[in-house]
Amino acid sequence: MLNNIIIFVLSAFVGTEILSKVPQTLHTPLMSGANAISGITIVGALVAAGMAGGQWATWIGFGALVVATINVVGGFLVTDRMLKMFAKKERGAANVDAAQVNGRP
Amino acid sequence: METAVIDLAYLASAVLFIFGLKRMQSPVTARSGNALASGGMFVAVVATLFLYDILSWPMMIAGVVLGGGIGVWLARTVEMTSMPELVAVFNGFGGLASALVAGAELGQYVEGSAIDQDPFTGVIALTVGLSILIGTVTFSGSIVANGKLSGWLSGNPTSFPGMRVVTVVLLGGAIAAIAFLILQATGAAAGSLFPSPADPVVYAAAGLAAAALLLGVFLVIPIGGADMPVVVALLNSYSGLAASATGFVLDNTALIVSGTLVGAAGLILTVIMCDAMNRSLANVMLGGFGGDGATGGPDIPEGKTVNETSPDDTAILLSYAERVIIVPGYGLAVAQAQHELREVADLLEEQGIEVKFAIHPVAGRMPGHMNVLLAEANVSYDKLYEMDEVNSEFPSTDVALVVGANDVVNPAAREDEGSPIYGMPILNVDEAQTTIVIKRSLSPGYSGVPNNLFYRDGTKMLFSDAKEAIAGIADEIKTLQEA
Repeated sequence: MLNNIIIFVLSAFVGTEILSKVPQTLHTPLMSGANAISGITIVGALVAAGMAGGQWATWIGFGALVVATINVVGGFLVTDRMLKMFAKKERGAANVDAAQVNGRP
Repeated sequence: METAVIDLAYLASAVLFIFGLKRMQSPVTARSGNALASGGMFVAVVATLFLYDILSWPMMIAGVVLGGGIGVWLARTVEMTSMPELVAVFNGFGGLASALVAGAELGQYVEGSAIDQDPFTGVIALTVGLSILIGTVTFSGSIVANGKLSGWLSGNPTSFPGMRVVTVVLLGGAIAAIAFLILQATGAAAGSLFPSPADPVVYAAAGLAAAALLLGVFLVIPIGGADMPVVVALLNSYSGLAASATGFVLDNTALIVSGTLVGAAGLILTVIMCDAMNRSLANVMLGGFGGDGATGGPDIPEGKTVNETSPDDTAILLSYAERVIIVPGYGLAVAQAQHELREVADLLEEQGIEVKFAIHPVAGRMPGHMNVLLAEANVSYDKLYEMDEVNSEFPSTDVALVVGANDVVNPAAREDEGSPIYGMPILNVDEAQTTIVIKRSLSPGYSGVPNNLFYRDGTKMLFSDAKEAIAGIADEIKTLQEA
């Protein structure tokens, strides 16, 4: 339990540090992408749906698996669809201000 | 040994998520970042499949195929203008999945079929309870948010007398249910034979879920449609926290790390949106602000005049300008005029005129929404400027072209201390030499505050549907170029 709390607090700092530097232009893809990542619950759903013995647990797990998979698959795909639109124009634009656009250190 | 390998795999997927999100800091690397994150998800799923013996392959495959099919369909068919609705739904599903996984875990304890054979302790009861609470609130809240965004629920703030009291009572009930779960758990651990208290545990969990379901509805329904961007960002944060809480239940590092990352992302976006409207989160959540937007424009106030203009005159004005800033608002997306607007920008640039797009943080209906809509219309992202970058440039701008934006360009936010939107950061379009506003009428925006910009000397109003007006402007610029 204590270990988990430590992980939780450290992750919160890492997340805040990384994500506060995301430009406004990418906020919508960030949201849908982050949303897909929160579908990580799929891991728990897989365990519940496929590996539990009890009837109740299995069926609840099945429901969880369906919605978590929608979240993961739909989230990553729609994020990719959006980011493709941003990337498409980038090739032609030679005058991109690298310092402004590229947030990498 | 085997569990160590699996834990390392989870660690790898958490690292991939972090790298993926880091690459979201630039449009150049963002797509590969998303790919990295989905790779992280793949690693986590594969590792899980090796974790235990699979008892029921058909069940699992059916679930993945069904969910995956729906996911692909939703992602492929959604219109970019409807992105906020879709993200709201995905938030809701994320929350629901977390709540259901916690419920299934509880079910395993009740049925005595838990894989790890750990006893049902107070800590587990607490984390299960929190997962169900946060996950279910996220679910029902997101569904209401979706309703308000897509119009099957009224966008107006909705409430009834005593709703706040009911909300507090529901929250109290939810906390009581969690407390009861913990008591049952510690009682069971203290000696009485588990799962004898199974029934009370099930009832408590069901009661908790029901209270949380209503709580989510009552939390979102009093909030006006214009504030939905904040709500969606906040629910995004909740869906992450729900996943994190489920990670505590399952003792799973991957869930805790990634859930917390998402929680942080949602929270940052929530704060950005609140700042952009100069309102506190509490003020937004208490609701009652704004609605679907007033319909039917007011008459022109006494002593004020409106300068009307036409697409042709606007085209001439633009053609002789040197620097133009376009300020798009959600009205642009409603009229589906992004492509026409991009054509105008392209035509002007061909003539050597500098064209920039100024995007207010709340220009769309979710954070960064307008940027996506313009990207879809092939406007290069390096032409999109954030408010702080571009505001100092309006005084040296010849023409500011406002399309479908209202509150975010209302000078009252700067000048009128009595105004409800006073203090909200705005785009200072009134400082440009000429400001052209394309709008159907003089009606106020979401905030309901009349806009004095419309009556200023330097402002010209082009009363029209955005699509028609901009297409007209584009035609006239072409004619001028040929002449």
